[in-house]
Amino acid sequence: MYDVLVVGAGPAGLSAAIACREWDLSVAVIDEFPKPGGRLLGQLHQEPSGEWWNGIYETDQLLDKAETLETDIRCGVSAHHIEKTDAGYTVHTNKGLLHSKKLLIATGAAESAAPVPGWTLPGVMSIGAAQVMTNVHRVKVGQKGIVVGINVLSAAIAREMQLAGVDLDSMVLPAYNSVTADHAHPKKVMDGLMRIAHLAPSAFLRFGSKFAKAKWIRDLAVSFYPSGGVKMWGMPIHVRKAVTEIHGTDQVEAVTICKVTPEGAPIKGTEEKIAVDFVCIAGGLYPLAELAAVAGCPFQYVEELGGHVPVHNERMETPLEGLYVAGNITGIESAKVARAQGTVAGLSIVRDSMDAVDLIEHGIESAIQNVIQTRENASIQFHPGIHEGREKVAQSFTAYNSHT
Amino acid sequence: MNKQKRITEHPVLGRMQDREEVTFTFDGHTYKGFKGDTIASALLANGVRRLRVHEETGTPRGIYCNIGHCFECRTTVDGADGVRACLTPIREGMEVKSGQKEALPLDSQHHDAHKLPKTYADFAKQEAGDPHV
Ligand SMILES: Cc1cc2nc3c(=O)[nH]c(=O)nc-3n(C[C@H](O)[C@H](O)[C@H](O)COP(=O)(O)OP(=O)(O)OC[C@H]3O[C@@H](n4cnc5c(N)ncnc54)[C@H](O)[C@@H]3O)c2cc1C
Ligand code: FES
Repeated sequence: MYDVLVVGAGPAGLSAAIACREWDLSVAVIDEFPKPGGRLLGQLHQEPSGEWWNGIYETDQLLDKAETLETDIRCGVSAHHIEKTDAGYTVHTNKGLLHSKKLLIATGAAESAAPVPGWTLPGVMSIGAAQVMTNVHRVKVGQKGIVVGINVLSAAIAREMQLAGVDLDSMVLPAYNSVTADHAHPKKVMDGLMRIAHLAPSAFLRFGSKFAKAKWIRDLAVSFYPSGGVKMWGMPIHVRKAVTEIHGTDQVEAVTICKVTPEGAPIKGTEEKIAVDFVCIAGGLYPLAELAAVAGCPFQYVEELGGHVPVHNERMETPLEGLYVAGNITGIESAKVARAQGTVAGLSIVRDSMDAVDLIEHGIESAIQNVIQTRENASIQFHPGIHEGREKVAQSFTAYNSHT
Repeated sequence: MNKQKRITEHPVLGRMQDREEVTFTFDGHTYKGFKGDTIASALLANGVRRLRVHEETGTPRGIYCNIGHCFECRTTVDGADGVRACLTPIREGMEVKSGQKEALPLDSQHHDAHKLPKTYADFAKQEAGDPHV
């Protein structure tokens, strides 16, 4: 029986484990990936200051700390079920049962699909798959590819592939269907592009983002979007072109793209075929929260946070006693925020595990302030309404607790 | 292993560190990868994208998410089936087999598939033999 079990060795899980080990709780961290670090491992972007955010380096910093504190981290262990017991929680894994008094679920995020016909062919993968192949395994995903879906994540990863010498034709939208919806709508995609303009060395976007608050200017930008695309790091981005089909027999051989109206409707007669051997699909991220659901935690749908999230408060407590959440499972944000949230969760667990209330209260307060600060300074933001989203969840935690 | 498919030099991450070579088989062919590779990354470095075929239609499948979420990369590893190639590190002598087309017990063209229950209510009805369940 551990004091604490942490599911997920990403930035949230690792920093929580560190906080718990600093107070000498017995901790086990499990992760199904062969290496600890979660999605932090693949990350590589340049901050507006010019500094590189290198996920492998950041992971090593966390692991060094965890190792110094003799933290038990087990990779290749996959959790598939959770039971609440009298003493705490039992977690079912591929390596057997694990028991703990407190449980932190820090399983991060998953990618939403943006399906287009032909997307099951080998060579079609999610944009995150390409990130991991490129930066973690150091394998080129192909000779020449195309990115389908334009958002902050795909722009960052396209740049990562370019740095690694992987050739990309361009970034385009997915063809409109009931699933791709907003991802296939040029005006909505343009809104997102304007928000990442500070990361991209593109005069068009920089200029546009100055006026990003005025909707009519964004609409104008979409209407008069250059037909050669807008270049970011030399790579064309097309918000007025979409992939309608992916072709190939045993693997990807080509895609058909066509021009679309400012609303995303395909324009007949504009189809062209482009030879590629890989396709990366970027449909955005959602919190990977199933385990919290099987544990019995109540949920709330919050668009601004990326989907259904377990109800929790700013101390990372859920309404279930002894169950905590941290990181992207609570809403889609950057790794820095996840890491800061992990510290809050770890300290909350410490507070609830030992007679340290007075000692630790101050630490929790400043860790919460650190989350807020980190959020405000974040250079990568996945959703614009993150504050409103966080507010909604906090309110439902209060409501939930006052009813029970 | 095709070295051209490896990103040996990188402007920010630096040169790829020398890693031990590991030999394994996939559908009877011998391949080499590096220690730390997953089945999926080692195969891709060898130019192999197809990890299985769809059980019913036989159409080819490869990785999709590469981080364990989608289960598109199911292979058989040393006799155990349904193993995710993107999460499983290669080991010396490991035998990997691609996912194959399966017999179709639920195909209505064959067998008595139309007699099988489609919902739990159907199932309960058949089991209990009670028309009012
Ligand atoms: C594909 C992808 C790419 C991303 N790229 C970026 C980026 O470039 N920049 C950026 O700022 N943000 C990126 N993000 C957002 C990312 O979620 C955060 O930056 C950050 O990594 C979140 O940290 P976390 O600790 O909450 O989760 P993660 O870092 O995702 O860690 C969660 C860990 O939990 C493990 N896990 C999940 N389920 C189970 C289970 N059932 N059993 C055992 N282990 C499990 C996973 O293997 C993973 O290691 C990306 C997210 C995804 C999904
Ligand atoms: S590729 Fe998605 S689980 Fe392996």
